[in-house]
Amino acid sequence: MRAINYRPDRTWSLALALLPFLLLALAYIVSSGVRLADNPNDKLLPGFATMGQAIDAYALKPDLRTGDYLFWSDTAASMTRLVTGLVISTTIALVVGLVVGLLPVANATLSPVISVLSMVPPLALLPILFIIMGLGEASKITLIVVGTSLKLTRDIALRVQDIPREQLIKAQTLGASTTQIGLRIMLPQILPRLIDAVRLEIGPAWLFLIAAEAIAADSGLGYRIFLVRRYLSMDVILPYVAWITILAFSMDLALRVLQRKAFPWFAEARSA
Amino acid sequence: MNAIVFDKVWKEYGDHVVLEQIDLEIAPRAFVALVGPSGCGKTTFLRMLLGEERPTRGHIEVGGAPLKPEPDSDRGVVFQRYSVFPHLTVLGNVVIGREFEKSGALGKLFGAKRRQAEEEARTLLNAVGLSGHETKYPAALSGGMQQRLALAQALMRRPRVLLLDEPFGALDPGIRADIHVLMRRIWNESELTVVMVTHDLREAFELGTRIIAFERPRNRPEEAERYGSRLSADIPQPVDRLLVQRGATVTRDFEIWPKKVAGSDVWIRHDAETPRS
Repeated sequence: MRAINYRPDRTWSLALALLPFLLLALAYIVSSGVRLADNPNDKLLPGFATMGQAIDAYALKPDLRTGDYLFWSDTAASMTRLVTGLVISTTIALVVGLVVGLLPVANATLSPVISVLSMVPPLALLPILFIIMGLGEASKITLIVVGTSLKLTRDIALRVQDIPREQLIKAQTLGASTTQIGLRIMLPQILPRLIDAVRLEIGPAWLFLIAAEAIAADSGLGYRIFLVRRYLSMDVILPYVAWITILAFSMDLALRVLQRKAFPWFAEARSA
Repeated sequence: MNAIVFDKVWKEYGDHVVLEQIDLEIAPRAFVALVGPSGCGKTTFLRMLLGEERPTRGHIEVGGAPLKPEPDSDRGVVFQRYSVFPHLTVLGNVVIGREFEKSGALGKLFGAKRRQAEEEARTLLNAVGLSGHETKYPAALSGGMQQRLALAQALMRRPRVLLLDEPFGALDPGIRADIHVLMRRIWNESELTVVMVTHDLREAFELGTRIIAFERPRNRPEEAERYGSRLSADIPQPVDRLLVQRGATVTRDFEIWPKKVAGSDVWIRHDAETPRS
């Protein structure tokens, strides 16, 4: 049989999906074991036991100086920044994208400036944000908003224009006004597509967050990683990185589930 | 009065003449079928009638008044695809016409008004044979059912003119025959002037009271023969676009005989015979 026609069944799919993860874990265990056998004090590839101790110290025992559970207070600080930033940027993208996609005049006015501004590297703006807004939460959230909202807006405007022209004509022949078309035809059809767009921006949002926290912060997952880097504390950094990955992946999964539950027509319409 | 008048209408895109010198008068309650080879401008003609495109020269009147330069609720439309809204249920797709009409900027009705609109919608859905499917989404419907839904949706606003852009072209023959029966009933029962673009000559003769053919007026002597051969064998005629600089225009325009009259049942006798020109 040709390779393109061989489809794994459910069990095989699961096994194949797990395989690369197992290989990665195995590679780590082997190389860590080799290094630790050489030098039991090696800090670069700590064993799982060492990492377990670090997790215990950060997540399950209060910090001696502040009394906080650092792992959880870092998570709360980072998630607050990330979610606030994403919510603001999604709202901007939805409103502006809808207007730009629907109204030719808004499109002519705004889409060139959005295209140009979305090419500004957001990290290059970080010093400016720090100067203007100080080192507090506002500058970090603003970085996330600046970094993600322009791309989201362009994406939404394009997706509005992707909705078949026939639907716009049809709505007009049913007597719909511009606002009615925006609210009853475009908005409900854009929301599930917005979820897709946001899913793609979760990665960049984390990037901007970690970068901002690494440079100036007093809490947060990125802050912690860059703090303990000074002591080569790979036993803390690695679990933190894994935790960030899990958080990002769960957000993606949650949005996917939300899309399926809240817009049951979308999957059908897309496959049709 | 819902007569449609095309007064010396031209449509050009830059140098490319799509339609030239269209002079037409369509009687109220006529069922006009537009036929012609691909790219002859039938759809452009329909789009101008819809208000989506404006004529380059000449003007169009509907019911004695100049055509509004944008689509509006006096002209309903059914396209071949994408006619219904995928995010609304079958019932929602029909109710939305009344919602646009009766509510403000939100475009949503509540309470008694909504129930009344739903009642009307159910009656229409019943008439097109879709009762029992109210809560489904369009993606769950077959092609034929989607077009029935699109018809019900278009009829909700009681348009004076119904425009059909190859509405049944993608359907299986059996399903198409059923929907033709429905289409005739709708035309008989409501105050509609229908203009339908179709590729299917049989469909044109079966439903139409008048056939209008568009063609590019090259080789005029051969034209009659060419048209004849299309009727008997339905062989697509190549149109050499490199040589043709002129736009398409009406080359055939005739009433179907025996004459069909809206609201009567004369068409039933005609239906039994094979279509002829």
